[in-house]
Amino acid sequence: MNPIGAAFTWLNDPLNWTNPGGVIDLVIEHMYLSGLAVLLGCLIAWPVGIWLGHSGRGGTVTVTVSNLTRAIPTIALLSIFPLTALGFSTWSVVIPLAVFAVPPLLATAYTGVREADPDARDAASGMGLSRLQILTRVELPLAVPHLASGFRTAAVQVVATATLAALFNGGGLGEIIARGFGKTIAVGAGEILAGGLLVAVLALLVEGALGLAEKYVTPRALRVAAAQ
Amino acid sequence: MLVAIRLDDKNPWFSWSYIESNSQTLLDALVEHLYLTAVSIVIAAVIAIPLGILAARSKAAATSILSISGVMYTIPSLAVFALLTPYLGLSADTVVFGLVMYALLILVRATLTGLRQVPSEVIDAAGGMGYGKGQLLARVELPLALPSIMTGLRIATVSTVALVTVGAVVGHGGLGQLILSGFRNNLYKPQIVTATIMCVLLALLCEVVLSLVTRALTPWARRRS
Repeated sequence: MNPIGAAFTWLNDPLNWTNPGGVIDLVIEHMYLSGLAVLLGCLIAWPVGIWLGHSGRGGTVTVTVSNLTRAIPTIALLSIFPLTALGFSTWSVVIPLAVFAVPPLLATAYTGVREADPDARDAASGMGLSRLQILTRVELPLAVPHLASGFRTAAVQVVATATLAALFNGGGLGEIIARGFGKTIAVGAGEILAGGLLVAVLALLVEGALGLAEKYVTPRALRVAAAQ
Repeated sequence: MLVAIRLDDKNPWFSWSYIESNSQTLLDALVEHLYLTAVSIVIAAVIAIPLGILAARSKAAATSILSISGVMYTIPSLAVFALLTPYLGLSADTVVFGLVMYALLILVRATLTGLRQVPSEVIDAAGGMGYGKGQLLARVELPLALPSIMTGLRIATVSTVALVTVGAVVGHGGLGQLILSGFRNNLYKPQIVTATIMCVLLALLCEVVLSLVTRALTPWARRRS
């Protein structure tokens, strides 16, 4: 049978979806791991990025972080973390994934706060707002579009990267591809292809959903400004 | 789930004796890694630069090229290798195809950005001096777009060095092969860590070399900053 036919036969078998360790279980696991990783990334990157942007320092820090992480292979971190004291656990997958979520989150938080309209900032301080009030009531709301776009980039990247966790006993939807590769190509081609399709569709769905969410959270005035 | 392996002397994080007794394996993996990176980047550049020029010339082309590349960039690397394997097999072709795809997207965008940044006065002036379209592109637009193209090339190369490792799933991952096989052979730490360090150093070396090349190629940009 040709690989596409085999892939559709595999996808058409309801048991492949509902069995323990089937598509549904794996999607849930995949999203759970990705969600934790993005959350962890936000907890680290946003406060740092916002502070760097607010104080006007750290342009080079954000660039250095993104250059450094780009040079680190994902599979290296996914294979090294389980060998540390963490052992094979949720965190030995989540932490490596979070590492790759940090650069886009950090860069956009920095840029968003940094590039808040200086006139708005002046007006706020003229109205007697304190530095903290300026941050929470002026700079952060103005940074929302940047924060949202960084969140989308980071989340999509994490969902995509989480696929590799399956190669290191980390679970997630990549498991289907890994199982297929565990067989000979003749036998496993359908499973490999089906797994590839599922993972690609999941990544695109997340991208689409967060794209909509991004539009929704952007204040109307900024939406108009962005369109112009 | 596997059980955590107890730390002991037979499996240290780093071992010179591992490196000494496996120097040939490490070298072979490094060479394959470099080869896969170089081939992919060259193919990607040859395709991407004309595509970038096309996108800069026509708005419709730009929209379609950018949206297709955006969608393709979202697809996970493992999925790309999975989708190609049934057709290209467990071969270096599968890896190169996937790597070219990702590098292509970065390079097309960089070329387009670079060409869009060329000031219109400069183009007008060149037109006034009697430059034809081809001359304008070769002598004015591309040189002015060069810093952006080189930035794209640097980012694409460093990303590709890291991404080659995923090729290990189809048996051609360069240093990634050693990471994966080290993991599968009783979580052999010296091998995983040595291959990781070599891979990161290779990526940083590419970064430095390409930065120096960029400086050498664009002396005017240096003077301005």
